[in-house]
Amino acid sequence: MTAEDSEGNWVPAMLAIRDRQDRAAFADLFRHFAPRVKAFLIKSGMSPALAEECAQDVMATLWQKAHLFDPERASVATWVFTIARNRRIDALRRAKRPEPEDLPWGPEPEPDQADAFEMQQETDRLGKALAQLPEKQRALIERAYFGDLSHTEIAEETGLPLGTIKSRIRLALEKLRHHMS
Amino acid sequence: MTEGKTKMTIRHHVSDQLLMAYSAGQLPEAFGLVVATHLSMCDECRARAGAFDAVGGSMIERCGTIAMDDGSLDAVLARLSGAPEPRPEPRRRKGLFPTPLADVIGGDLDAVKWRPIGMGVRQAILPMAKDASARLLHIPAGQAVPDHGHRGMELTLVLQGAFRDESDRFGPGDLEIADEEMEHTPVAEAGADCICLAATDAPLRFNSLMPRLLQPIFRI
Repeated sequence: MTAEDSEGNWVPAMLAIRDRQDRAAFADLFRHFAPRVKAFLIKSGMSPALAEECAQDVMATLWQKAHLFDPERASVATWVFTIARNRRIDALRRAKRPEPEDLPWGPEPEPDQADAFEMQQETDRLGKALAQLPEKQRALIERAYFGDLSHTEIAEETGLPLGTIKSRIRLALEKLRHHMS
Repeated sequence: MTEGKTKMTIRHHVSDQLLMAYSAGQLPEAFGLVVATHLSMCDECRARAGAFDAVGGSMIERCGTIAMDDGSLDAVLARLSGAPEPRPEPRRRKGLFPTPLADVIGGDLDAVKWRPIGMGVRQAILPMAKDASARLLHIPAGQAVPDHGHRGMELTLVLQGAFRDESDRFGPGDLEIADEEMEHTPVAEAGADCICLAATDAPLRFNSLMPRLLQPIFRI
């Protein structure tokens, strides 16, 4: 029995870390995500030793920053990606990525389960849509995310199917604004 | 100023190309600063950036696995000494500048060290990684900025006031993306002085000795 439910939803594990400092839930997340983060970082040009070190840092950050995770705006995989990306910039370029200002309203303490679930579903749909892109296009997008393309090399028309996931994030932003004002 | 965010009508947004590069972590710091500042003013682009991050999430799920070293999990568990950090106070702007910009300047408008560059126009070069440069521009209302072409890509984000050029009008929050083909003569509108954040990767294109020698003079 792991903290991942039958739908591949890691949100309960993240909330268990945030609310109960649940180490077993963390161990489940680690077993799933750490080897993926390590592979991502190696594909991004890191040595295996550095990738190991950075993947450990990414997972530790997942615990430390658990309060910043907002399941209505991102899946756990997406959140892991943003932490890994920032760690990569820090390690390879010794720089920090400028981050947007925080919203004045943070993640809700009790996220709406249906909305959070929808967000995870949306991410899964996006993944499937990406997998069905023509090989050439998919390879280009992968290279971009592995840091193998400069910003000038990234094609104008990516053709990414982002419509519904964008709308869902937009709705989550509006909902937060409405709740807090 | 908090009111301004909701009233602001932004018509010129970050391109998909730039947002994807920002999400992938591939933008020079100066461009990243402009994008992060625009995202701070524009929920539409913030949501679009979130969608591009989700593409990255999908990469994490689909890029395969490489086994962690033996004892890796225990090593990380040993580092987790306490509860997750409490949620920090949100970084929020205190004046005109959204926080990504205020962080670089070390304050708001009154902390900017302007230098005159002629015709009443003032600029302040911001400390950035060398792959692209960023500066603030202060253009008096009604003033034209001399005709100029671009060597590389130039991003111009309006923070206050507005300017017009041959292509369109750009008000607060609007982002103009200019490439090398573009030659334009921006004119600040009447009303408030126009304050912009501009970034260019032009110095990257300079490979010969002469422009290298000139760069320190123009710093842009």
